[in-house]
Amino acid sequence: MTESDSIINQLEQVKIRVAQALDVAKSLGADDAEVSMSRQQGLSVDTRLGEVETVEFTNDGALGITVYKNGCKGSASTADLSEKALSQTIQAAVNIAKYTSVDECSGLADKELLAMNPIDLDLFHPKKLSTEQAIEMAKQCEDSAMSFDKRITNSDGATLATFEGFKVYGNSNGQLVGYPSSRHSLSCVMIASEGDDMQRDYAYTVSREFDGLDDAEFIGQQASKEVLSRLNAQKIQTKKVPVMFRADIANTVFGHFISAISGGNLYRKSSFLLDALGKKVFPEFLTINERPHIAKALASSAFDSEGVITQDRTIVANGDLETYLLTSYSARKLGLTTTGHAGGIHNWLVSASGDADGGDFDAMLTKLGTGFLVTELMGQGVNVVNGDYSRGAAGFWVENGKIAFPVSEVTISGNLKDIFKGLVAVGSDIDKRGSIFTGSLLIDSMQVSGN
Amino acid sequence: MNNVERELLADSQIDEALLSKTLDSMFLHKVDFADLYFQASRHESWMLEDGIVKEGSYNIERGVGVRAISGEKTGFAYSDDISPIALQKAADAAMGIANAGVSGKIKVFNRQTVCKQYQAIDPLASLSQENKINLLHEMETHARAQDKRVKQVIVSLSGVYETILVAASDGTYSTDVRPLVRLNCSVLVEDNGERERGSSGGGARTDYSYFFEVENDQARFLKYAEEAVRIALVNLVAIDAPAGMFPVVLGSGWPGVLLHEAVGHGLEGDFNRKGSSAFSGKIGQQVTSQLCTIVDDGTLVNRRGSVNIDDEGTPGQYNILIENGILKGYMQDKHNASLMGLKSTGNGRRESYAHLPMPRMTNTYMLAGESDPKDIIKSVKKGIYAPNFAGGQVDITSGKFVFTSSEAYLIEDGEITSPIKGATLIGSGPQAMKQVSMVGNDLSLDMGVGVCGKDGQSIPVGVGQPTLKIDEMTIGGTQ
Repeated sequence: MTESDSIINQLEQVKIRVAQALDVAKSLGADDAEVSMSRQQGLSVDTRLGEVETVEFTNDGALGITVYKNGCKGSASTADLSEKALSQTIQAAVNIAKYTSVDECSGLADKELLAMNPIDLDLFHPKKLSTEQAIEMAKQCEDSAMSFDKRITNSDGATLATFEGFKVYGNSNGQLVGYPSSRHSLSCVMIASEGDDMQRDYAYTVSREFDGLDDAEFIGQQASKEVLSRLNAQKIQTKKVPVMFRADIANTVFGHFISAISGGNLYRKSSFLLDALGKKVFPEFLTINERPHIAKALASSAFDSEGVITQDRTIVANGDLETYLLTSYSARKLGLTTTGHAGGIHNWLVSASGDADGGDFDAMLTKLGTGFLVTELMGQGVNVVNGDYSRGAAGFWVENGKIAFPVSEVTISGNLKDIFKGLVAVGSDIDKRGSIFTGSLLIDSMQVSGN
Repeated sequence: MNNVERELLADSQIDEALLSKTLDSMFLHKVDFADLYFQASRHESWMLEDGIVKEGSYNIERGVGVRAISGEKTGFAYSDDISPIALQKAADAAMGIANAGVSGKIKVFNRQTVCKQYQAIDPLASLSQENKINLLHEMETHARAQDKRVKQVIVSLSGVYETILVAASDGTYSTDVRPLVRLNCSVLVEDNGERERGSSGGGARTDYSYFFEVENDQARFLKYAEEAVRIALVNLVAIDAPAGMFPVVLGSGWPGVLLHEAVGHGLEGDFNRKGSSAFSGKIGQQVTSQLCTIVDDGTLVNRRGSVNIDDEGTPGQYNILIENGILKGYMQDKHNASLMGLKSTGNGRRESYAHLPMPRMTNTYMLAGESDPKDIIKSVKKGIYAPNFAGGQVDITSGKFVFTSSEAYLIEDGEITSPIKGATLIGSGPQAMKQVSMVGNDLSLDMGVGVCGKDGQSIPVGVGQPTLKIDEMTIGGTQ
């Protein structure tokens, strides 16, 4: 890669393009405009059964522009940044604004909320990696998985991916900001069989820093352990039992919570948590803090996708809902102020106090006693309008705090309001690979459908 | 040059000779196969909510993807810049997968003429901007007029005009124009503090006039609005779904998502080459009930999942996957077919130039059987009838699959009774399909809304089936 291609240089050039685009939008009659552009380039290598399967050089990016004219809005996007394509795209956005309606809630974020000089969150740790090095690491990962046990009979391969890129955002309120970032990951998908039974499972590691990745051999062994543990799974009886969501899928429970307290669903009255602000939605012991500025974290950001500054927030305090998650638009619809959540949340830290602080994974199993440990969820059976929840599940039957046998082909169901209130304990086995840092979650009772 | 070549290559100083030269240059390495995939698309979308047109957007995308295959290895690079320099750079990166050393020669391009399942039209230009806006408003008005409990209506319209050109070392040189339109209506109904959503819509590979076509005395777009309201009102009075194992009657049409999940993915060539599917190595064996004949059909006129040519230039085909319960064949792209000593079945598809092609479904459906749908319902003492679904997922290795109902009813003593809340159904593909005990004579296809995701790539697909009965499935209700 030559110096002129470097991400930092590209970022500076794109900033100039974005500023030009904002000028062009004004000259074409827009009252206001905002432009965002992200670009990501990198290398992704798959190996399978010790051989290279694919080597992919990625390079993605597009520029999106939104213009506002007389209270009407129009959007357009292009990946072609030539002057001609840019002006055509901006013209397209201006044309669209002729046909959309006046909407007094639309428009740029309020000027005083913008991050004019965003802080650096140390998200950019590119790694110069040759194709050969990447192949070697993926092979090493898969080799350790294949040699782990003779019941590991096949593989869906190991993938090493490294990306670097940037985001630039500008608007006609004089904001022009951007930052580079990197992301590296290694994953491995293994297949085990015994008799007629064949199962797949995976393990992965992801980090902003290449050196932050878990060891390749460890990931391979994890993948094999996971898939071996699933062999010879059984269905269980249809009944109501205590359910524990293992830490790596526990974030899904809060994912449904996020959707229920998001401005878009609230102003559309499409949430089971309407008018829940200030009310108890979780048990007294639960607190969720948002920390957008954790250095190197995967969901860190100094500003949201509208340029609004992000800040530390308490989302849930002692079980009470402290804030909705709002964008400028949904905030105006609800008569509130944006919370900087355009584009999603930024690092949630879930914690429990007192007896509900459930300790490590084994301690959590002891707390579960006899019940269903869920390690995989399937399907999209969640209705955010009324909270109804029904999803496919696999995991383990636990008896007296010990894993008894693997379970598959069952569903778990209930209503999210009850599931939130039925939370009994949160583990200290925190998974930090996503935007929600949570340990395993123990729910007092859910309906399992099986035999 | 035809129109597509002009659109994709004009202004770029790229012509057929340069494509040939680029592929030639890749064969300086030990490459078995290479292809160049050019794509350009224009996409518009409009959204109405609260009685006003809130959003409109226009997106342009163009680029080229270059693939080199050597044995089981694939090298892939792409660029959003269609220029000779960018093309050669991508070709150099892709061919890096193979060692230096000449392996053979590329074949002379063969411009084939294929049977057209859909026409080369630009949907974006098929309706004036004013009339697009009017369509949104009329749908909203019609939805609100259905019932005073309708509190909110969201209508969205989108259209895509896409052109592709694929040139490959095996002599393939093909172009295609792919129109695609989609219209959707989503409503929120409220009664005594209870709220529910319902949505309905459709689409096809044609232009916007599709939505104004009259079917059963009514324009399609009005029917969508009525359906959305009907489903929302049904769900408003739904009781809790049962938990446990019950007989399930699936309605015709969209519930064919069952076949897509329980059978379709497991029959894609890549999984079977790797031996990672629950259906691997079972050609010639009975894998479903004898009542089931399941096909993947890229040749249906104007259907959302149809392909004039797939993304490797192979013409769309009618492929029998399962005939009277016996597994007949897998769906293949060129790469997996050649590794298995087979031919592509026209199922090599990709989301865009920036994604690698894989074996993917087109329109997957079960042929009609002999039972009267009424008799199928009558045969059930206690079970559920599910005519509408929200979507599904499958683990192709274990065969476990789920799909979630969006409209369902109890069947009690052979009669459809109370509506029940949305619930997830789970089963094992090979087992569930052996439990198909009745197949209706009422085959229908979905309304043109299917999106299939695999390895992070989304593509439009179709599904369909007659009404059918599965003797026992696990229903994820709460009672």
